[in-house]
Amino acid sequence: MWLFLGTEIMFFGGMFCAYLIYRINYFNEFAAGSRSLNLKWGTINTIVLICSSLTVALGVRAAQMGRRKLLVVLLILTIIFGLAFLGIKGIEWYDKYQEHHIPGASFNAADLVRDYPQIHIDQSHEQIYFSLYFAMTGLHALHMIIGVGLFSYLTFYAWKGRYTPAYYTPIEIGGLYWHFVDIVWIYLFPLLYLIDRKPLG
Amino acid sequence: MATAAITAEREHYLNKDYGIRSWLLTTDHKRIALLYLMSITFFFFIGGFFALLIRLELLTPAGDLVQADTYNKLFTMHGQVMIFFFLIPSIPAVLGNFLVPMMIGAKDLAFPRINLLSWYLYIIAGILMLHCIVTGGVDTGWTFYTPFSTAFSNTKVIEAGLSIFIAGFSSILTGLNFVVTIHRMRAPGMTWSRLPLFIWAHYATSIIQLLGTPVLAVTLVLVVCERAFHLGIFDPVRGGDPLLFQHLFWFYSHPAVYIMILPSMGVVTEIIPCFSRKRIFGYHAVALSSIAIAVFGFLVWAHHMFVAGISLYSALIFSILSYMVAIPSAIKVFNWTATMYKGSITFSTPMLYAFGFIGLFTMGGLTGLFLSALGIDVHVTDTYFVVAHFHYIMVGGAVMGYLGGMHFWWPKISGRMYPEWLGKFAALIVFLGFNLTFFPQFVLGYLGMPRRYWQYPPEFQVLNVLSTAGSTILAVGYVLPMVYFLWSMRYGKIADENPWGAAGLEWKTASPPPTFNFEEPPEVTWEAYNYDQIAAPVEVSLER
Amino acid sequence: MSEHIMSSKLYYGIWIALMILTVVTATVATVDLGPFNTIVALVIATSKALLVILFFMHVKYSSEKLTKMVIVASVFWLLILLFLSLADYSTRAIGHG
Repeated sequence: MWLFLGTEIMFFGGMFCAYLIYRINYFNEFAAGSRSLNLKWGTINTIVLICSSLTVALGVRAAQMGRRKLLVVLLILTIIFGLAFLGIKGIEWYDKYQEHHIPGASFNAADLVRDYPQIHIDQSHEQIYFSLYFAMTGLHALHMIIGVGLFSYLTFYAWKGRYTPAYYTPIEIGGLYWHFVDIVWIYLFPLLYLIDRKPLG
Repeated sequence: MATAAITAEREHYLNKDYGIRSWLLTTDHKRIALLYLMSITFFFFIGGFFALLIRLELLTPAGDLVQADTYNKLFTMHGQVMIFFFLIPSIPAVLGNFLVPMMIGAKDLAFPRINLLSWYLYIIAGILMLHCIVTGGVDTGWTFYTPFSTAFSNTKVIEAGLSIFIAGFSSILTGLNFVVTIHRMRAPGMTWSRLPLFIWAHYATSIIQLLGTPVLAVTLVLVVCERAFHLGIFDPVRGGDPLLFQHLFWFYSHPAVYIMILPSMGVVTEIIPCFSRKRIFGYHAVALSSIAIAVFGFLVWAHHMFVAGISLYSALIFSILSYMVAIPSAIKVFNWTATMYKGSITFSTPMLYAFGFIGLFTMGGLTGLFLSALGIDVHVTDTYFVVAHFHYIMVGGAVMGYLGGMHFWWPKISGRMYPEWLGKFAALIVFLGFNLTFFPQFVLGYLGMPRRYWQYPPEFQVLNVLSTAGSTILAVGYVLPMVYFLWSMRYGKIADENPWGAAGLEWKTASPPPTFNFEEPPEVTWEAYNYDQIAAPVEVSLER
Repeated sequence: MSEHIMSSKLYYGIWIALMILTVVTATVATVDLGPFNTIVALVIATSKALLVILFFMHVKYSSEKLTKMVIVASVFWLLILLFLSLADYSTRAIGHG
């Protein structure tokens, strides 16, 4: 699983590379786009994922100690946190949809141009910020969905008593995957949400 | 030559179970290797078919066989099929899958079911690619440069991109399997310094597969998204940067060429000591040079972009790094040569392919150095010089290594010997055909003929005709082994466990091997390439 | 796979640390530190990532050298991609006024 996570680092890494190049070249548009994201939801989502990592870690520990019921509870909690994250993401994306910030035919960042008269905003550059925003959070959300599916499978078999102190490898491997997805978000949060939150004026 | 009759037939991996289910649901790495063998051979002929059409068009200066747009599709499909569906899997998925567990003394790979999944992913990708081809194909060049591929081409870019994405996962899983297997499943006594260099080569290849392929995958995702949703990540009109695509694309695709050549070098490193009856010269240098190629290979990608608009300073950096990556390859060539010095050489078919490899790979590699020099590159980039350069390495190098390996290990795989005189004859035909096809292309490129052009000025015709003539000879050379390998499965001389008198654990078990490779788990107490302790084979093995 | 069973107190401690770091990073972002905003944000993110890797993913207690090598190699490779690409973009302006 560690080797697979290595490949995932490079997979997300390609997008981070694109992000890096464009942020340097289009800083103003990235800053404006970042401000238009909801900091409250972003922070809450970060907290949600950190809580889910805790439940995962405690879950592995429960499996190591053979406490089946506790393991099942912790796995279910993890799934709940994961679904909460996805739900909040959905809310944020819907807000973006309402603000016409989804790239494509209906994209219109005129509201940002209006709100930040002191910096020059090129709409095509702004669209790149949002393209990367949706690509990166979308890929992350896809990994979360896979994670939730994976943990549903683990919960079912944990409930059936398959995991014991002698054999809890799938829990550990699932845990590694979940923690990795959490780490990706730990980087996405500051890079997408916290580019420039200085008070204006 | 004996025919098939054996009194009591020993059980081995081929006759253990019959029926299509036993093959399609197998987890035996040897059977999976054969599944791959059939699949990649199929795609090799598809890619070869496109190559023949290209060469036919180029017989005459005018564009008279196909239309320009069709020609674009021909070279694109040739490249995509050959690279992703033949070259990248070839040696690792066929010879690697078959031999890696055996060479280290293991019963199978670390994750046999993932191995099978890997093949199924390859097949799914292949079917998608075939569908793409028959419903119109792609015309962007295998390199998919933006914004043509994302905004202007009206061919099936998305389907091709998805196909390669899936094939990439097949590649990643094979690499993952090999790394874990080599770390964890070596037999007692098989230390890192006793591993066959074929294993070192595959280990290095697997590292590249694991670290590089995901970047291609995410790049393809971005291209597909951009094309489907009209985004502007790589499109200058919409604020994007086409060079960013090229950076991301070549970050994988340059190391990819090392995925294609390293296993071949591993094969050659097994063949040469055997047919020189001598230990490889400089074992550790060769092992470390494989790792060095894998690492340095990731540092040179922008040499494909020297004239694309990158900064002069970064071009200088990449040029210097590209010179450095040649050093480990040169070390290998020196060591192979030194191995042969004062050895007792036998000119068997595998050895002929190994000789061909050394000569042609060296030429290809040296012309790579020409291309790394900025001044020369400006003149010959995007000409036939580049085409000749990479075909010398990929065909003169990788494919010859693959064929040499197939001949060397054929007795082990099938339990039969191929007809030696036909083998030598085919090797000669391949060598002659290859040089006639591609050497004129160096001259053409230097004289200025651009690549990917469907028509050309009349003064280039003679060289083009020579090249096309060579390609037909080459095609004959490739068909011959397929024919006589199939023939040998029924009528070939029965092989014993070590017809070549070769070193290596795979030669200590029967030909073909039992399903779990060894009757008893081996224990290794000797160094690799211990040819001083192994008797040369009786001449009978190498006759007729 | 490590057999070492960690205390749940340690896990809760790491969790609290991660929460605090999250609040810190969100708050510091609103203060004007010039170019240091980005650096601070990345340092905090890396600290959080390290806490997850070392403790939640057990790497600190793992005797497995290979795991650490895989992590280091992957990150190193990512840095190769980022830095060499950046080398191109950031040096384009030289000599072009």
